[in-house]
Amino acid sequence: MSDQNRRPSRLRRMLSRVALGVFAATLLAQVPARAEDITVWSWRQEDKAAYARFIAAFRKTHPEINVKFEAFEAANYNTVLSTALAGGTGPDIVQARSYGTLGVGKPDYLVPLDKTMVPELANFPDSALAAETMRADGKLYAVPLASQTMLVIYNKELFEKAGVTPPATWDELMTVSKTLKDKGITPFGNGTATSWQNETIVGALLASQIGKPFEQDVLAGKADFTDARFVGALTKLNEIKDYFAPNFSGVDYAASQQLFAAGRAAMFAGGSFEIANFLRQNPKLKLGLFASPVAKAGDQRLVALYYDGGYAINAASKNKDAALKFLRFLGTPEFGTAFSNDLQNISPIKGVSFENPLLKEVAALNGSAMSYIMLVNFRYQEPTGSVLLQAGVQKMLAGKATPAEVGADITKGIATYYAPFRK
Amino acid sequence: MSEPGRQRDAAPIAARSVDGMTTSFRVRERRKRAAWIAFLIVPPMAVMLVFVVWPLLLALSSAFYRWEGMAQGEFIGLRNFRDVLFGEHFAALTWRAFRHNLFVFVALFVVQNTAGFLLAWLIYREPYGYRFHRVAIFMPVILSTVLVGFLWKLFLDPNFGIVNQLLEMTGLGALRQPWLGQETTALPALVLANAWHWVGFPALVYLAGMQRIPREILEAAKLDGCNGWQMLTRVVWPLVTPSTTITLTLLFIGAFNWFELPYIMAGIDGSPYGSTDVLGLYFYRTAFGNQTAGIQDFGHGNALAVLMFLFIAAFATVITQYLRKREIAL
Repeated sequence: MSDQNRRPSRLRRMLSRVALGVFAATLLAQVPARAEDITVWSWRQEDKAAYARFIAAFRKTHPEINVKFEAFEAANYNTVLSTALAGGTGPDIVQARSYGTLGVGKPDYLVPLDKTMVPELANFPDSALAAETMRADGKLYAVPLASQTMLVIYNKELFEKAGVTPPATWDELMTVSKTLKDKGITPFGNGTATSWQNETIVGALLASQIGKPFEQDVLAGKADFTDARFVGALTKLNEIKDYFAPNFSGVDYAASQQLFAAGRAAMFAGGSFEIANFLRQNPKLKLGLFASPVAKAGDQRLVALYYDGGYAINAASKNKDAALKFLRFLGTPEFGTAFSNDLQNISPIKGVSFENPLLKEVAALNGSAMSYIMLVNFRYQEPTGSVLLQAGVQKMLAGKATPAEVGADITKGIATYYAPFRK
Repeated sequence: MSEPGRQRDAAPIAARSVDGMTTSFRVRERRKRAAWIAFLIVPPMAVMLVFVVWPLLLALSSAFYRWEGMAQGEFIGLRNFRDVLFGEHFAALTWRAFRHNLFVFVALFVVQNTAGFLLAWLIYREPYGYRFHRVAIFMPVILSTVLVGFLWKLFLDPNFGIVNQLLEMTGLGALRQPWLGQETTALPALVLANAWHWVGFPALVYLAGMQRIPREILEAAKLDGCNGWQMLTRVVWPLVTPSTTITLTLLFIGAFNWFELPYIMAGIDGSPYGSTDVLGLYFYRTAFGNQTAGIQDFGHGNALAVLMFLFIAAFATVITQYLRKREIAL
């Protein structure tokens, strides 16, 4: 009897406790975060520890601002971010992609920036600022973060063993490759089974032959990808492919990295982001770098470069002032130096001092760069230049298409949305 | 008029019960029962509604809008559908992917189901060690596709892979191929890897089907002078038709929803140059964007997803109906 009486009351008491808890939690959630608390979203989970150090450095001058760095899986980041932004939520500071829509869809989600708001923007080259400008309205939205360079990384010990030196011209590259192969060393670790690798190979090996004037003509609507400068460069790729990894058409990205990192191939045509990667896999590697060889001595030697991400302020942020202070910090040479040396990446900020001699070398090569043409200019509508170039080159290197056909296919695909090609 | 009568009929026991059970007790019992039924039905219904029906409707509705990446634009009616089916750039890719799915379906039916059927027959005859083999054949089915994909990618590596090394060792070195790097071999290689992974499933279904066949029928056939082959093709195969209905329908759905294995082994763009591109990859890449080459286009992606869903639902229904009828005819 008494037991029966007690049971509902215990239940009621528990329920009321739960209700109270929920009420309290709701209240807590409603209380606005202190104005000095800001959140940063990023797709770089692996950089979390480094950002803790950067934030500590920032807080030395701004102890009143708490910065929370939250990282998401890279493959889902765009989806997570755009969903949050579309719902009027999200972080105060957004790590944005470069080019096109900066990975957020449309301009309204971010706060436009200028040099009066962020004087540190003067520390960046124009091409870096262009990378964080939204295509839809031509306004700048993010402080650029990093740059990536397409070049050739080589194994100094293997070069020494074969008695060769880094080539300057295409003919020299062919000779170097032949010598290496004759001595039983695989010249290039590269394979073409992973499609985006085909685009990096073009950037790393052909930039100097494609040349800046070609890019300017394409953007001015005076040339398309059937142009002799582009098709001619692709033809060169057909010559060098015999020096790629054995059975290169079936060798994927991971396997080709492995070949080079294990010291079984002498060169790797790829991005500067590989350097840290290779050294992590094999710290004993002695690495050297060179830009894509020129067709003939005296031509301008180039690397292909693109900017990789930036930081922007969410238009829905309630702490824009604090966010702006952090953004300004991200534009200082102090941050650029810490970022470069801690994460082994290239900061585009002027006046950064690199500890790693290889990064210093990359930064020097960046002085003479053309853009990584498809990513920078034609990745805003399907079929993107990258999609077309990757599949086209993969097909060409498999012997199923000629360079002229690849050039024509790329032009035809881009022409579906790029008026100058529709003639 | 007839109401009271019917009511009395509907609940006769409680109403006329002799031990003084009241109407309120009856109502309470009925409520309890209703609550119990609701308890069983509501949670799965809710899960279905929230995680299946709602996203489906959402996908359907968003396919009628223009999208800038993940940001919704204005209503454009059937434009996205028209683009993916007939549009300049999309249509070629859509139909190419569709043809590949069709190839995968037919090839898997021939390879995976036939092998499954034959393996089931072998095990059914209970040779020495059949218990072990029954487990061994089913084993790969419980492995995750991610694992199987990576494993086969390693096996098929042109330089270090076990497949090419075995060919070399057995004197068939001339047959060595960069399997996943060639237009002609990439998709068949994926089909074989898939068959290896899933063959245990049709085998199990067929085995269950065979075990349902009455022994007398097989004995009668034997007495009538059937040899092994005739027994298999004329007696067993027709009698396991219900199993074929199950495997064929599931295979159809699986083949047209194919995503994980090609994604892991050939990459999101169906490398090399689209020769392994299937609708699943194409849809995913269109909607969510290819990190290393493309952009997000939710509208066209959703239109593709809706078309895939309608196609699979319609054909799976037709296939099931047709095969059911055949089962009855038999």
